[in-house]
Amino acid sequence: MEELLRIENLQTKVLDKQILKGLDLVINKGEVHVIMGPNGAGKSTLANTILSNPEYTKIAGKITFDGKDITNKKTDEIARMGIFMSFQTPEEIPGISVFNFLKTAKNKVTGKTIYGVDFKKEIEGYAQSLDMNPQLIGRDFNVGFSGGEKKKNEILQMLALSPKFVILDETDSGLDVDAIRVVSKGIDLYKNENNAVLVITHSTKILENLKVDHVHILIDGKIVKTGTMELAKEIEKNGYEAYKNGKD
Amino acid sequence: MAKTKLEELNTNIYDFKNADNYDYKIKKGLSKEIVEEISKQKNEPSWVLDIRLKALDAYNKLTMPTWGPNLDELNMDDIATYVKPKAKIESNWNDVPEDIKNTFDKLGIPKAEREYLAGVGAQYDSEVVYHSIKDELKKQGVIYTDFDSAIKEYPDLVKEYFTKCVPIFEHKFIALHYAVFSGGSFVYVPKGVKLEMPLQSYFRLNSPESGQFEHTLIIVDEGASLHFIEGCSAPKYNKVNLHAGCVELFVKDNAYLRYSTIENWSKNMMNLNTKKAILETNAKVDWISGSFGSHISMLYPMSILKGNNSSTEYTGISFAGKNQNLDTGFKVVHIGKNTSSVVSSRSISKNGGIATYRSLVRILPNATNSKCSVSCDGLMLDDISRSDTIPVNDVQNNQVSFSHEAKIGKISEKSIFYLMSRGLSEEDAKALIVRGFASPVSKQLPIEYAVEMNRLINLELEGCIG
Ligand SMILES: Nc1ncnc2c1ncn2[C@@H]1O[C@H](COP(=O)(O)OP(=O)(O)OP(=O)(O)O)[C@@H](O)[C@H]1O
Ligand SMILES: [Mg+2]
Repeated sequence: MEELLRIENLQTKVLDKQILKGLDLVINKGEVHVIMGPNGAGKSTLANTILSNPEYTKIAGKITFDGKDITNKKTDEIARMGIFMSFQTPEEIPGISVFNFLKTAKNKVTGKTIYGVDFKKEIEGYAQSLDMNPQLIGRDFNVGFSGGEKKKNEILQMLALSPKFVILDETDSGLDVDAIRVVSKGIDLYKNENNAVLVITHSTKILENLKVDHVHILIDGKIVKTGTMELAKEIEKNGYEAYKNGKD
Repeated sequence: MAKTKLEELNTNIYDFKNADNYDYKIKKGLSKEIVEEISKQKNEPSWVLDIRLKALDAYNKLTMPTWGPNLDELNMDDIATYVKPKAKIESNWNDVPEDIKNTFDKLGIPKAEREYLAGVGAQYDSEVVYHSIKDELKKQGVIYTDFDSAIKEYPDLVKEYFTKCVPIFEHKFIALHYAVFSGGSFVYVPKGVKLEMPLQSYFRLNSPESGQFEHTLIIVDEGASLHFIEGCSAPKYNKVNLHAGCVELFVKDNAYLRYSTIENWSKNMMNLNTKKAILETNAKVDWISGSFGSHISMLYPMSILKGNNSSTEYTGISFAGKNQNLDTGFKVVHIGKNTSSVVSSRSISKNGGIATYRSLVRILPNATNSKCSVSCDGLMLDDISRSDTIPVNDVQNNQVSFSHEAKIGKISEKSIFYLMSRGLSEEDAKALIVRGFASPVSKQLPIEYAVEMNRLINLELEGCIG
């Protein structure tokens, strides 16, 4: 199996508080990984650190992607190398339509000129498969979108940009049951043996359509246990109490 | 794609200078002799000289504004108020001298004329060098000519309206304007005539240490409709240049006027411009205003809603960078009943620039059942820049609906990160956010001008990231 992402001893602080405290993770091509953990454990911090969000300072560790050290790369370079993150709280960008945004992003990521007509058809196809109102594509980016529409828009971007590796940070939260199913199918549509997915979630619902390889429990900035879907189901039933002993 | 983008960012098509190759440049300063000399050079009727001298007197008596940006750098002793180019007015571009024609070619004016304008006027320094209007409009009685020709060819019409919208004594710089005004456009649209395509006047100031004082007078008669576009630019010099133009708009019963401006003055320009419209019954005026460039701008277009049911909208944007203080806004006076005004202003500031929105809303006692809504947004691209709003509201009757909303904030780091996570560089991310912020204005412009405005935004953003 070919390695896609390797994280070694990752330590991150936000403002003056250390959040990640030595995190290790290896993801191979073709795999689906899941991270679960209590609120404030550092899941979003991990996603933001991988993408070099300047608000999150790396104090130790190394991140390798596709054989290249990306620890100190800038966010846009990392994105162009093929890492995509679906945001827990997506941004609104007034004055730019979803379509024009996607066109710009696709152009930046591929370095190629994007032709409007073909690309539009492609986007409309994805929107349909995500059960999105096609009019959203012409509206200002996320402005006035419902919480669920914003999350679907994240998945729409994932499909349009076809990255090599995606991090889905609680894409399922705020979605109704039908929408979760649709998004789960969307992820399945994207997934192949050359890419990989990291799902951050509090529930197993979104995993139903996916073949999950590993489930990690993240508590207080570290991965404390790794298992299979069984582990996710156990957490869903019993919570994190049993794993919290090393806390503080 | 990436390459084109770079080129776009690096070529400032506005900042090229021609040699200061004038036919006549008046000596610097402001005096009775200078004003008389301008009048003589222009060979104009004596009633015009009378106005000039009255205005000069007013200028000497009026005091400098006690508010707004500091104007200490402006010294009239250093400004030549009249520069006659080596050209006379033509109606065929091929007859315009090469260097001047090239200037307007680079600015895209003849091309725009061929493609989507009904008429064009082009002024170079103090005189209009080209003026033309489509024949079918002439046949319908539309007048579009330079202001000097209008004085000679339509003296009655000019006398009836000139100084009647913006009076000589209104403020110091309008007095200055009337003392030394030169060039500009005159438009008359007869009753019921609706122009499908816009008219455009372009003002280019090439000569260093000089001023441009064009006068634009537009009359849109009953039931007529017009879109007028005004463009301005100048190359950059080390010393101060001055622009003190005046725009007088008369919009009659049931008439419509859209007045669009994209100003891109060089960063040594003092832009102290005055624009006003008087609206009769059921008339409508839409202002679209993009203020780029200039060292200092004081620019507050004004609508006088005189007739019942008249209405106006103002959509403006300004972009203040390093060493720029742009003091802009809108003034409206509701006089008639059922009048309405909608104001939407946006300002962007970066690298220590100051963008101020200054407004006046006055609703008089008789303007019952009137509506006014104002919204202004300021976007600061860093911590050293400033955006302010200074509204003055004077509502004199209680049968009105009035709302004022102001939002000022810094560009969001979260949005920048979000866009960068989609592959955009920091610079591209900021440009996208700023273009989006400006879109309420660019949407109001014809597509070609919207493109132009986005290009100006890119130019302003150039080098904004360390
Ligand atoms: N930008 C930030 N500024 C200040 N504190 C932050 C920031 N980002 C994260 N933190 C703090 O870091 C800790 C970890 O937050 P993080 O968002 O990674 O949690 P999470 O595991 O994603 O939780 P949730 O399940 O609630 O999404 C929290 O205490 C949070 O308050
Ligand atoms: Mg989170």
